[in-house]
Amino acid sequence: MIGAGHAGLAISRVLTERSIDHAVLERGEVANSWRCERWDSLRLLTPNWQSRLPGYPYSGVDPDGFMGMPELIGHITNFAAASAAPVRTHTTVTSVRRIDGGYRVATDQGEIGCRCVVLASGAANIPRVPQLRQAVPERIECFTPFDYHHAGQLPPGGALVVGASATGVQLADEIQRSGRPVTLAVGEHVRLPRNYRGRDVLWWMEHAGVWNQRYDEIDELDRARGLPSPQLVGTPEHATLDLNVLSAAGVAIVGRLAAIRDGRALFSGGLRHLFALADLKMQRLLDTFDQWARQSAPGVEAAPPEHFEPTRAPSSPRLELDLRSGEIRSIVWATGFRPDYRWLEVPVLDRKGELRHDGGVIVDAPGMYAIGLPVLRRRKSTFILGAEDDARDLVAHLAHYLADGGRSG
Amino acid sequence: MASVNNGVNIDALLAAREALKGAPAAANFTWRASCKWQNGTHATSTVQGFHGLGDEQKHKTEFSFETDHPEVFASEDHGATPVELVLVGLASCLTAGVATVAQNRGIQLRSVEAKLEGKMNLYGILGIDSDVRNGYDDIKVTFHIDADASKKDIEALVAQSQKRSAVYDIVTNPTNVTVEVV
Repeated sequence: MIGAGHAGLAISRVLTERSIDHAVLERGEVANSWRCERWDSLRLLTPNWQSRLPGYPYSGVDPDGFMGMPELIGHITNFAAASAAPVRTHTTVTSVRRIDGGYRVATDQGEIGCRCVVLASGAANIPRVPQLRQAVPERIECFTPFDYHHAGQLPPGGALVVGASATGVQLADEIQRSGRPVTLAVGEHVRLPRNYRGRDVLWWMEHAGVWNQRYDEIDELDRARGLPSPQLVGTPEHATLDLNVLSAAGVAIVGRLAAIRDGRALFSGGLRHLFALADLKMQRLLDTFDQWARQSAPGVEAAPPEHFEPTRAPSSPRLELDLRSGEIRSIVWATGFRPDYRWLEVPVLDRKGELRHDGGVIVDAPGMYAIGLPVLRRRKSTFILGAEDDARDLVAHLAHYLADGGRSG
Repeated sequence: MASVNNGVNIDALLAAREALKGAPAAANFTWRASCKWQNGTHATSTVQGFHGLGDEQKHKTEFSFETDHPEVFASEDHGATPVELVLVGLASCLTAGVATVAQNRGIQLRSVEAKLEGKMNLYGILGIDSDVRNGYDDIKVTFHIDADASKKDIEALVAQSQKRSAVYDIVTNPTNVTVEVV
């Protein structure tokens, strides 16, 4: 196992249940990314009751609340302890190579030979920043979600947040509240209300079966895997944080950042189209919930169906912003993340550097698996509660592979 | 300069420019096009009316444009592809600008030819790779101009044409677009 986050530990737990000998290699401490690579105010966007791991439900006092990082780190650390997971902390993997009958994993603490390898190192190791970053005038300070900790780090004055995923809207909100006027560049995004019909929207995702939808039942799998995270935030108020909320708070919404030319940022004029798309998709999802409630759960306790106001388009969104005028002092690139496989010396990546895998079973590398990637085996795969089903499926495959003497793949 | 004739009535244009300075509302134009689906990817677009100079205006006749896709796209090829029409728009706008600027600068043109190439990766429109844009990722315009002027002056002519070109601006800068179904 490479990585002692919730996904690697979930695999470890299931391997232990099956008495399969293994080790979990961790470059830092358990839950390292959550310790070192997240901003201060971040809370999970899933409610606590959904933070269950194999054999380890949430047992705290606030099932409907949202964990901050210290609680989450505690939760995952306690899970590791409860599972007696064989974690080797401060062990950084430097290479994984194919050898006869398995793999050789080199670490800064020595080498390990193994028949199977599970990549559980996460989907978000490196912030993805677009090429046009190079054209940003030097006096503007740039941040990624990895070096952003709190709004106080930003220089006073305007901030441009690029990207409207969960990260983008949360940081836009926080920075705007800090008194720095925010311009938010919005590309394709996923709009969700925090609550629907009196229940958390993720309750619906789970119960109506949307999150359980399998990767091999999804029409446009690549698209589903590339979707930005939904515009949600976990707050004690259970507040919705969509673009209407941000506009009302004074955030200036502009189109996708298309280019930076001669120090001027150019924003796409296709904002209305993206709003219509996100509104349409949200409504389609909410209709799915209603249909499920009607047909499969007539006894479900929920308020009547709700309708949400369409995303309000600015009457004339700005198409241009002079980055040299002083109006913008900082840029936060909330433009996604990518995994880091530089240590992986087995040819399993596609031309874009992504793992070629079939539901977490790596293609052309028998005995190699991945967990914790978007829509790996189900829509819920990257969420905490998504780890268990994926771990059980993958360990079943792995156990069969071992029992078969490593011949199947 | 009187001997220069590129067929552009520059005096009328300059007079119009002066007149519009004093009548800003008249300078607001609305251009229109209509499009009617025929079959498959074949559509017919027409233009005739437009608004400007404070009033409804009309081309002398209705102009019609067939668009389709070639047979390699499993289409019937009744006309240029829409993306080729964009190149047509860019080329003709820049060329008209070259003639106008040349007239204004007293440069006699003998021939002006432009070749355009727009590069596009189909992974975008086919939805294969979300990192690939749908539209052109690079457009190259190459002018061959024979005129009574130095190469430098001809280059300046083309540069000024770009500077005042509506289509060049449309293609290179974002435009707010609203699409509705009624």
